Amino acid sequence: MTLKATPLNSAHRALGAKMVDFGGWDMPVNYGSQIEEHNAVRHDAGMFDVSHMCVVDLEGANARTFLRGLLANNVDKLQVPGKALYSCMLNPEGGVIDDLIVYFFREDWFRLVVNAGTAEKDIAWMRQQNDATNSGLTITGRRDGDKAIALVAVQGPNARAKVWEVLPTAKAASQDMKPFNVVIVPDTAFGEAMVARTGYTGEDGFEIGVPATQVEALWNALVAAGVKPAGLGARDTLRLEAGMNLYGQDMDESVNPLDAGLAWTIDLVSERDFIGKAALQAKGQNAQFLGLILREKGGILRAHQKVIAASGATGEITSGTFSPSMQQAIALARVPMDVAIGDTVHVEIRDKKLAATVVKLPFVRNGKVLAA
Amino acid sequence: MNIPTDLKYTESHEWVRREADGTLTVGITDFAQDALGDIVFVELPQVGKALTAGQDAAVVESVKAASDIYAPVAGTVTEVNQATADAPDSINTDAFAAWLFKLKPTDAGAYDALMDADAYGKSTGN
Repeated sequence: MTLKATPLNSAHRALGAKMVDFGGWDMPVNYGSQIEEHNAVRHDAGMFDVSHMCVVDLEGANARTFLRGLLANNVDKLQVPGKALYSCMLNPEGGVIDDLIVYFFREDWFRLVVNAGTAEKDIAWMRQQNDATNSGLTITGRRDGDKAIALVAVQGPNARAKVWEVLPTAKAASQDMKPFNVVIVPDTAFGEAMVARTGYTGEDGFEIGVPATQVEALWNALVAAGVKPAGLGARDTLRLEAGMNLYGQDMDESVNPLDAGLAWTIDLVSERDFIGKAALQAKGQNAQFLGLILREKGGILRAHQKVIAASGATGEITSGTFSPSMQQAIALARVPMDVAIGDTVHVEIRDKKLAATVVKLPFVRNGKVLAA
Repeated sequence: MNIPTDLKYTESHEWVRREADGTLTVGITDFAQDALGDIVFVELPQVGKALTAGQDAAVVESVKAASDIYAPVAGTVTEVNQATADAPDSINTDAFAAWLFKLKPTDAGAYDALMDADAYGKSTGN
């Protein structure tokens, strides 16, 4: 199978990136040291090519009504143009088809950014629902073709200042912008840019979308401004420290999102009906999604390791790694309901049972270690 | 990629050096450390443990994955390198200095059957 490539593929190779097959995409895992890239994001500014993710535009008069039924989070939280919302898109059984960010531009134009591996499935599902509800929307995936949008996430305490060096015309529109907001800047040196104060690292920064033809020039300008290219390896350790779920690992179609730490995004309060709501109400929450810090030497916490509570009830690690910020093995885990924050549990690593402490997520936010 | 010519190699990316006393020193290759990325944990075998050829003997974990390290030939573990376990990133710095364990081979001739640098280089595309 030929791997898919983003418009930045040759730029990654020019920087000496180590490329890997990431769900069918030829992507940089690092450009030398994953830990250095991680630390650049925590302490200065780093950037990620996230053009494998897919921008999907929903256009039409019924866009809001459609999204009220499609998404588990309440799109009515988006009342001011430029606001963004994180949400799951569920199947009728309450499983997670994908997690995404929805950006509100106009009543007849909402934009979603969806995961790479699920994009085709997501668009097919949205079109099926569009037909089923006679919503009459135009649904356009914008990863390929003439109108393709490429995405770069610039993250870190100095990320915004460095972006403004490269996109000076975006400064006025974005300097007072709150987190989880977006603006379209029509006149940058790299064409029309979407500048969103969203990200996936627990740090401040922007996610920037520009025409795919312009993204290599933008990337090179950001390199020149001192933004360190970071690979998917650092992206994973950063998001894990930030306690953020990864689709396909911490949740998927087989996992109840209430058990995956996503209850805060599932609107079971309002009268609004949405796909999967009845199933979630029937199932309820059956596990907790919490952090673990390994307290004994003997390995690194990894996905699928068994977690044993003091009561004997068991859970499972969904994501685990060595935390560069904490210099300890950490994990996201689905643990039994009788486990409390501060408890000691045991994790099976190879032939050993090693002690770990249960902590509240996130581990790290805005450069500060919160759990230790 | 650095592949010293005075060592022997395995398909599973261990390097092996025959010492003057006939024991074999084992580590992981430069190719392996590069593929693993930042190494953060090393688990060494017990001294005195008898291993068959190809048996898992040690574990090296990088930020992204755990990797078993196999006995290149059958033998008994005579010594382990605690300095490498205490500073796992020393493998990234110099994979051929940061050895993992020493083995007294059951069959002294088994070493000669391992790959030389040329063959290992070809097997890794170098």
